[in-house]
Amino acid sequence: MTTVAELPAGFADKVLSAQSTFRSVMDAMARPGSVQRIVSAAGTPSAMMRGTAAIALTLFDHDTPVWLDGGMSATPEVAKWLKFHTSAPVVSDSSIASFALAGDPENLLSLDRFAFGSNEYPDRSTTLILQVESLTDGPFVELQGPGINGTAALRASIQPQDLFERLAINAALFPRGIDVVLVHDDAIVAIPRTTRLARGG
Amino acid sequence: MYVAVKGGERAIENAHRLLAHERRGDRDIPELSLAQISEQLSLGVDRVMTEGSLYDRELAALAIKQARGDLIEAIFLVRAFRATLPRFGATEPVDTGAMQVRRRISSTFKDIPGGQVLGPTFDYTHRLLDPQLADGAAPDAPATGEASTGATPRVTDILGRDGLIEPSPPAEADVPVGDLTREPLSFPADRDLRLQNLARADEGFLLALGYSSQRGYGRNHPFAGEIRFGEVEVEFMAEDAGFAVPLGSVALTECQMVNQFKGSATQAPCFTRGYGLAFGQSERKTMSMALVDRTLRARELGEEVIAPAQDEEFVMSHSDNVQATGFVEHLKLPHYVDFQSELGLLRKLRKEFAVANEAPPMQEAAE
Amino acid sequence: MNAPAYNFAYLDEQTKRMIRRAILKAIAIPGYQVPFASREMPMPYGWGTGGVQVTAAILGPDDVLKVIDQGSDDTTNAISIRKFFGKTAGVATTTSTTDATVIQTRHRIPEAPLHAGQVLVYQVPIPEPLRFLEPRETETRRMHALGEYGLMHVKLYEDIARFGHIATSYAYPVKVNARYVMDPSPTPKFDNPKMDNCPALQLFGAGREKRIYAIPPHTDVVSLDFEDHPFTRYRFDAPCALCGAGDSYLDEIVTDDKGGRMFVCSDTDYCEQRQQAGHRGSESAAPHKERAHV
Repeated sequence: MTTVAELPAGFADKVLSAQSTFRSVMDAMARPGSVQRIVSAAGTPSAMMRGTAAIALTLFDHDTPVWLDGGMSATPEVAKWLKFHTSAPVVSDSSIASFALAGDPENLLSLDRFAFGSNEYPDRSTTLILQVESLTDGPFVELQGPGINGTAALRASIQPQDLFERLAINAALFPRGIDVVLVHDDAIVAIPRTTRLARGG
Repeated sequence: MYVAVKGGERAIENAHRLLAHERRGDRDIPELSLAQISEQLSLGVDRVMTEGSLYDRELAALAIKQARGDLIEAIFLVRAFRATLPRFGATEPVDTGAMQVRRRISSTFKDIPGGQVLGPTFDYTHRLLDPQLADGAAPDAPATGEASTGATPRVTDILGRDGLIEPSPPAEADVPVGDLTREPLSFPADRDLRLQNLARADEGFLLALGYSSQRGYGRNHPFAGEIRFGEVEVEFMAEDAGFAVPLGSVALTECQMVNQFKGSATQAPCFTRGYGLAFGQSERKTMSMALVDRTLRARELGEEVIAPAQDEEFVMSHSDNVQATGFVEHLKLPHYVDFQSELGLLRKLRKEFAVANEAPPMQEAAE
Repeated sequence: MNAPAYNFAYLDEQTKRMIRRAILKAIAIPGYQVPFASREMPMPYGWGTGGVQVTAAILGPDDVLKVIDQGSDDTTNAISIRKFFGKTAGVATTTSTTDATVIQTRHRIPEAPLHAGQVLVYQVPIPEPLRFLEPRETETRRMHALGEYGLMHVKLYEDIARFGHIATSYAYPVKVNARYVMDPSPTPKFDNPKMDNCPALQLFGAGREKRIYAIPPHTDVVSLDFEDHPFTRYRFDAPCALCGAGDSYLDEIVTDDKGGRMFVCSDTDYCEQRQQAGHRGSESAAPHKERAHV
């Protein structure tokens, strides 16, 4: 059994690390497809990449139910780490999750199992944080939408391979929808619900 | 030649210095102490604690002193401080039935178990200014007597035993109590949030709304079932310890209004309730709150919503005096950019109006 | 007594997290007003508490902050807010639009073009563009949900019928990303075109009304109009009396009680930069002298 003392550490400087991580996430969300770096270091449970851990420490708390996929819940370490550092309740019902963490994206749950919000409150939706193989190499896609000047090019190796096809649901549902943050190591790319595939995919 | 006005920073600093000077007043007059405010302006302190949503007499007294006696400004100071405090959780529900009563009256029964206790009240004072008080005459010591050891059950509990009044909704342990300072409000709002909003609401606003309901704007035939003021114990469930830990006691005023009965083919008729609760001795506030709590239950009780006091979005959106005073007073801030925009449009419309009516243009400098 | 001790940028971390989550949703749903649990700030509601909370949630030690009110860095409320962040966050402040990374504003968008990486934070009094047509939140929320904005068009059209023009000169409603009708805050409609396809991120904070909304960079922002009554900018037709600018929004200064007035740039940084570059207007004074009020 893991004791609290054995859990990987959180941020060394909670206030400033959270601020700088948030700005990276905000920049990513404001410029979909652009690769942003997370500079703040924190200990990470083995299933979690650095970017994922920093985002969790920055945005999760007892008001944000978190859903973990099979990759994240293979061992209880991630759940314990989240509970200790963020107090976020880990829930088994993905449709009430504020955040969903996916460490085994090949077996990603169908997107309609997450919260899309309502037309009155489209913000009451799940933000999906998906760990991927690479955000520099892999198939080429071109994205467009708010935050993008013309089109944005992204080269990434993403599982599931049909992620962008699945995200077409966002166009049909808008303003309801799901926002995605792709993470590889300390790099992140956001695909908010307004982003559309221009080419590739 | 024109030089742009500068020096706002120094103006602000000087204004703050002047304000501090004016607050102090004549320096030959002794400075007020917080203890004096807390002891001798105690109802003002109670109001600031109630609407400031923070039970701390000393801080409330400081706020009143700093605000030069402007209670809404004092409430604002307390609220701004409260917003920075960490939240540990919610206390166990207080048991007002076990209150150490200092005053307790019912207008619905001549006598009640535990008795009517008049206590400290302005109610039967003749409102004659007292010149002796101006001279600082010491009041007589209060009369004393044997403390009653009997229980003082709530009048609504007595009515409830016979089913004559609707029961209080049972506490749902699994459902957390709402907190409008932590969650943005949305409508329709549940009663827990409505009561929180009313407890923090401006006393004058609730007084006027409650009064309007008595005069027929959402009438619901109230009786003051009971008003009680005294000390109650506060307990906090310490999760680590696994039991409720006493934190101390607070002074509260509670008002339970007994209102117009309801009933249906399937439900025997019974009285309905309106509830008011405030820190300290705050009778006008709790009575007004109880009236408005009841009028706001219109939707729940199937009554037609026709009056402002029954309209929860109207009441809850305008009851907070810190919000209201901020927005009313923000009109003091510069608006010359939008005013200029409006001025430009108005001049244009007037010019076109003049042309259309073939009258000579109004006396306006050339554009 | 509980002596107050305040966090970096005043807000506690839990509050910042809550505001940060709201900002991310706001960016993901451009023009949609995200409800947030606005905190009581140590300044009055209506005086910029929404903008201040947004700024406090994003601000870091490397930021350079500019605060303007009515386009000016030297209005009392701008000074007060700049001092607040100087004191609670210790960030560098500037009056230069170009040098700032975060600009908090009330009622204006700077004249100098904004660039990528900048964040413009607006103070918003009434975030709901439909509020003066329909006071009920429950109703306006339904209208936004359905994208049903007929009421707004009727209002604008009634203006035209009555005055021959759309009689809205500030807080002129816009449609964001072809979906949400949004209130740009009480900026003059002169500034509306600057919001469209802007390289900077625009965040809007309404403290008293507890709403945050956003326009991501390079997003379509269209001022509502009709084909036969297209949107037009308004600007008083005169050059700035101090810097001679013919393209800036002007303040009217009343100079005497006999109808005398002059017009100067509302954006004081823009005006000063132009004067430093040698531009002159009819009333220029050089060098600039300080005149204090007491």
